[in-house]
Amino acid sequence: MNANKNSKGGLANPGRRKAFEDVARFGGGAAACAVMLSAFAEQSRARPAQALRPPGALPEKDFLAACVRCGLCVRDCPYKTLKLADWGDGPALGTPYFHARQIPCEMCDNIPCVKACPTGALDHALVDIGKAKMGVAAITSRETCLNLQGLRCDVCYRVCPVIDKAITLERTHNTRTTKHAVFEPVVHADYCTGCGKCEKSCVLTDAAIKVLPVEIAALKQDAHYKRGWIEKEKAGGALVDAPVKLPTRLPDAPLPGVKP
Amino acid sequence: MSVEDRLYVEARRRKGLWEASRYRILRRITQGLFLAVFLTGPLFGLWIAKGTLASSMTFGVLPLTDPFVLVQSLAARHWPELTAVIGAAIVLAGYLIFGGRSYCAWVCPLNPVADFAGWLRQRLGVTHSARLRPAFRNYLAFGVIAVSAVTGAVAWELVNPITAFHRALVFGMWFGLAGAGAVFVFDLLVAKHGWCGHICPVGAAYGAIGKASLLRVAAPARAACDDCMECFAVCPEPHVIPPALRGEKTGASPVILGADCTLCGACIDVCPESVFRFAHRFDTRTEPARRSSGAMAEPIASTSSLAKG
Repeated sequence: MNANKNSKGGLANPGRRKAFEDVARFGGGAAACAVMLSAFAEQSRARPAQALRPPGALPEKDFLAACVRCGLCVRDCPYKTLKLADWGDGPALGTPYFHARQIPCEMCDNIPCVKACPTGALDHALVDIGKAKMGVAAITSRETCLNLQGLRCDVCYRVCPVIDKAITLERTHNTRTTKHAVFEPVVHADYCTGCGKCEKSCVLTDAAIKVLPVEIAALKQDAHYKRGWIEKEKAGGALVDAPVKLPTRLPDAPLPGVKP
Repeated sequence: MSVEDRLYVEARRRKGLWEASRYRILRRITQGLFLAVFLTGPLFGLWIAKGTLASSMTFGVLPLTDPFVLVQSLAARHWPELTAVIGAAIVLAGYLIFGGRSYCAWVCPLNPVADFAGWLRQRLGVTHSARLRPAFRNYLAFGVIAVSAVTGAVAWELVNPITAFHRALVFGMWFGLAGAGAVFVFDLLVAKHGWCGHICPVGAAYGAIGKASLLRVAAPARAACDDCMECFAVCPEPHVIPPALRGEKTGASPVILGADCTLCGACIDVCPESVFRFAHRFDTRTEPARRSSGAMAEPIASTSSLAKG
């Protein structure tokens, strides 16, 4: 073997050449694996809208950088709400999530899941469960919601742990009967924690109210879109000095600046 | 008779069944214990360790975190809570004392799977093996950290068959068994000692710790070696043996310093001449040549206790 190697006299340094070849072959192979893993990592961000993260979870991108898939939050959840994602469940493999329709979050005062998290993927800054934002509820099916048909179901409103803040019943005129009221459940994103009790309790076969991730259900107004009444409130008064006097334009009124 | 056919035969005859299989039995017990502490909770409500091998909490006070997972998280630009940092520091310190890749041989739940594949490979006479380099897993480990940095996600945990298998057993997520099955098939049919020896970046990371770890296997009685080659046949990383075993002439340390050594102790079990034993990194003592059998045995007081038969 050795004699054979030495007889290949054309190579100045066969050992070195071999080392380079090794780096190229196996380093290249490892790089190819890394590229595939990157594609997989990017794809793993595609979390299904129905899979909610535990309370205090960082935004999805940061969450995937922080969560080590240890399952300690799952272990400390007293209601078995949380589970770890298996292959094919949707969320990134091994990360914790819950389906509100199956077991909603009971909003424990001491938030044991957050305390159990060793990495801060569930933000330890969350100490008041009322400030949690696991998602935001939305009436996703106005055609089937019983209250919106003019009936008095009210179940989502009644079970809401933040009743009269996160969900209110707004009374409007029932145009079908013309003499009754419609009590529409309206979700207020500022107060909704996304616990999912409303979705769990909806009496319909398919829930008409669903908790969706914040980035889907609770959007911020465009910064460039100025709403006059809010600007006025911020400024503490009218933005222009005096009301603009607009001319009346009745058909027979004289046009301003034009002599009859 | 090939080396494979006579493995352990002489060792059992000379040292007895226990000493010829001691470390294999101890390893299986340790692997079982590391799994059991996670299982008593879900099975019997007796919580010892919660979590998985990625990060765990024992008796509510002892946090342990896999340093390689934490490095990936840091590369993904997340600064973890103190619990995870302390946990990784404890694990790091532990393996700096108890030998780097000892994780692979004594803790990792995939080790019995890989060992079984290797044993079956031998029984079925599968000789074909893809040519891979142990260095590949090092490249892959760096690749994984790079992917974590680029994608901002703890990358290897998306595919890691070790934690998937552990979650399967501890959390009942049965798809995790698929990864272990893939490793089994890979080791059986594609490459000998393929996964642990060439691919697994977790093992590469523990190997990096092993470069400085205190507990090692050494060959202090290397002068007694009669070149039966059985240690090379049972060793999962046989390239680590020669520098220590054959270092007599060069005066090299009898301690196996190669970071790929998993400290499985198979060489200690299999050696009929009792050449190997556990030692610490700086233990360069060697024993003089001895004759261990027959009428020619010299009455050397210091080694006579080792010379059985």
